Amino acid sequence: MLLEYKVEGGDFTQAGYASSQIKKTLKQLNVDPAVIKRVVIALYEAEVNIVAHAYRGVIYAQVEGSGIKLRLEDEGPGIPDIERAMTPGFSTASQQVREMGFGAGMGLPNISDNADSFKIESSVGKGTTLYIEIKFR
Amino acid sequence: MKVKDVAEKLSLKIFSAPEGLNREVTGGYTSDLLSDVMGHAQEGHIWITLQTHKNIMAVASLKDIAAIILVKGFIPEPETIELSAQEGIPVLGSSSEAFELSGKLYEMLK
Repeated sequence: MLLEYKVEGGDFTQAGYASSQIKKTLKQLNVDPAVIKRVVIALYEAEVNIVAHAYRGVIYAQVEGSGIKLRLEDEGPGIPDIERAMTPGFSTASQQVREMGFGAGMGLPNISDNADSFKIESSVGKGTTLYIEIKFR
Repeated sequence: MKVKDVAEKLSLKIFSAPEGLNREVTGGYTSDLLSDVMGHAQEGHIWITLQTHKNIMAVASLKDIAAIILVKGFIPEPETIELSAQEGIPVLGSSSEAFELSGKLYEMLK
């Protein structure tokens, strides 16, 4: 099953929609609740990153019997230093985004903690793609 | 313990989703950072915060939070109330500060 969701940069009113839809789908498929929790954390963080940092993006979720593969492609500024971006507490979020309680530099570490495999590809001035894989068992 | 019991004992205002007052409370988490709550709050927790915008409901729903308590007399935005009603997750309020409320809730739940 391949699910696809568009995400608009800057539109916090819709942030979490794709995560919520994918959570519902996994519940219907009777996926282990503990696994769903990990998927939801990783996916929400990645979705919010597109909203907070990119111009727009697409979330692709490939659900298979053995697990879920997420690919989040965005058009945006890209990440110049991925290692630094992965450092807990490091953030380039705007003051406005921080005041809402986002942009605390915990997003990418949260994804990493909850994924079985996690890869970032980024091109400065073009965009970023995240590959997140979580196994069901 | 149910959300209703917490609301009564802490004299909380009920802003929305009274049908969710029967949700079971397993613990609490106090934070104003959404990623912190995403990463560390658990299902059935009561979330104590000063954030009032609708994204708190997205987080509460994704994490299966039992209820949210807004501190220091803060009131939820209209979209927050709307989403709270849709999700059946109550938004409650108190004039107390987060430190005080967290302490009282901790005593009740330990």
